[in-house]
Amino acid sequence: MEQKEKLSSKQMLNDLMADHYQSALDAKANGEIVAWATSIAPQELLTTMGIKVVYPENQAAAIGARKEAQKFIDDSEGRGYSVDLCSYARVNFGYANLKKSESQDIPMPDFIYSCSNICHTVLKWYENLAKELNIPLIIFDLPFNHTYDVQDHAAKYMKGQIEEAIKKLEQITKRKFDHDKFKEVMEQSNKTSQMWKDATMVAKAKPSPLNGFDLFNYMAAIVTNRGTKAGYEVFKRWKEELEEKAAAGLGPWKPGEEEKFRVMWDGIACWPYLGTTYKGLKNNGINMVTSTYPDSWTILYDNGDIEGMAKAYSAIYCNSNLQNGVDRITRIVDEYSLDGIVFHSNRSCKLLDFRQFEQQRQIEEKTGVATVLFDGDQTDPRAFSSEQYNTRIQAFLERLEIKKEERRKG
Amino acid sequence: MYFLGVDIGSSSSKAAIIDENKNILARVARNIGTGTNGPAIVTAEALEQAGITQDQIKFTVATGYGRVTHTQADKQITEISCHGKGVAHLIPGARTVIDIGGQDAKVIRLTEQGNVDNFVMNEKCAAGTGRFLEVMARILNCSLDDLSDLAKESTEEVEISNTCTVFAESEVISQLSQGTERADVAMGANDAITSRVAGLARRIGITPVVVMTGGVAKNESVVRCMAQHIGYDITVAPDPQTVGAVGAALFALESFNKK
Repeated sequence: MEQKEKLSSKQMLNDLMADHYQSALDAKANGEIVAWATSIAPQELLTTMGIKVVYPENQAAAIGARKEAQKFIDDSEGRGYSVDLCSYARVNFGYANLKKSESQDIPMPDFIYSCSNICHTVLKWYENLAKELNIPLIIFDLPFNHTYDVQDHAAKYMKGQIEEAIKKLEQITKRKFDHDKFKEVMEQSNKTSQMWKDATMVAKAKPSPLNGFDLFNYMAAIVTNRGTKAGYEVFKRWKEELEEKAAAGLGPWKPGEEEKFRVMWDGIACWPYLGTTYKGLKNNGINMVTSTYPDSWTILYDNGDIEGMAKAYSAIYCNSNLQNGVDRITRIVDEYSLDGIVFHSNRSCKLLDFRQFEQQRQIEEKTGVATVLFDGDQTDPRAFSSEQYNTRIQAFLERLEIKKEERRKG
Repeated sequence: MYFLGVDIGSSSSKAAIIDENKNILARVARNIGTGTNGPAIVTAEALEQAGITQDQIKFTVATGYGRVTHTQADKQITEISCHGKGVAHLIPGARTVIDIGGQDAKVIRLTEQGNVDNFVMNEKCAAGTGRFLEVMARILNCSLDDLSDLAKESTEEVEISNTCTVFAESEVISQLSQGTERADVAMGANDAITSRVAGLARRIGITPVVVMTGGVAKNESVVRCMAQHIGYDITVAPDPQTVGAVGAALFALESFNKK
């Protein structure tokens, strides 16, 4: 225990992720049931049942970051999937066919567990997998929130689906669902979510001790381990480290590398070009302090309250309307003392892109911060141009500098 | 004291020289872009035009896509800021700049003081860029410079509906093979590029005075089309292709004075 305390959060994160994937592969090899799930699905039910689950989006991101995506994209496009489909889906369809990756293998699923709060592409993507692999499908259909808050009828609809899912899980596993264990898992999930949120909030300090691109790494843990104590421990350690740095007045990078501007990143990372997108900002003293990600996995509700849990899953950023999104980002600009926002116009993500221009316009009007939008894709390496990215970021920097000068002059 | 601005684009190189009183002494453009000896040629020609030698240049700013590799420059500044700067100097009171270059199109909003307030650029695609017109000119078997005159002879409206340059190319080939007049197709091409860029302009919000820069601004028929699409008169910057270079030279002077 003593020795474990000394591990850095980065080491703990690496161990956690290695264990996450290895234990799932082992479980499959031992004949246990394995699920594939979307990234913000009610994992509480699976964790309660002790079912191993892996997240294709998380794997696709790893494949993208390790520059292996093209192989899987080529395979799925070659079998007729459109280039206009989400590239996570194309990578996943490719993997489901090829079943082997240099970056990160996952066991093939025995059933599918999909929740539409992150986007509506997943409804058909995961249904398609279930059909192709001929395995059971559990779907949570969460209506998009056209109203500002989650409506009661939507929460009730979701609650019904959770209860139904429990029955289906009992059928699939041929085991009883343990409601006492469920409460324990709910409690742990809330604690882990809160710790994730608390750690990311340390970035409010000026300078921020957090280099936001690390957020993209730690995100793997909140996706895969939101219901576990191990996930909680990683975020606790991470928070301690960030607080220590903040107390010492240390910024995101090495000593001497000054955080000149603080920005938020809107949208998914551009995984195949993490280095380019990171350096383009860092070399200009721009630190990505936060994104909409911290809140997306902050799923909080009263223990035992299934309807409250349903509302929490439904209320996330991706599933909320334009006004709600604008207000959330406006708050982030204020709370994190931001100078600007970088919008990733992500070819894959129709849901986020659809409202992005208007969101950008309204946020600029409300906050007065500079913003910039660049074209890219979460995993398809063909939809990004380094030159165009760098020119936009440099022009963004020139605007940030003018605004800073104006503020200085009053 | 003299200051040099070099604008190295994807399809052309431009240079401008000013003195410490912002008098413009030279403006040169050649249709060879980054990766060539274009920057060296325009620099030599600009020096000759100004009647000075390289050692009299106190500060150089490079802009455009080739700016990063132009190691002779003292500083690099993006073409967004340089076009804004150049326009604000040449046309006081300008608030919106539409610049259509070889591989990108941008719309820049200026503050009353002439600083860049905001900007939008085309997506990673040739639609709405000079390259689109180059492709059209090639199919119509005329030079880029003649495209404007050809379009003036148009009598009937032809719509080119494809956004993608490659698809538009096949659309135009199909039109021509069905007997559509070349002049009408040329006009259709102008209409297609301007409607695309006008969409960008509306996204950022248009405030008069609206100024067009870049090589495409020399095409009168494109300018007329653009004015119709955005609903505002358009002022074409004098020698529109070299406005970015003038802006770069002005930044060179400012940077030198700050030193």
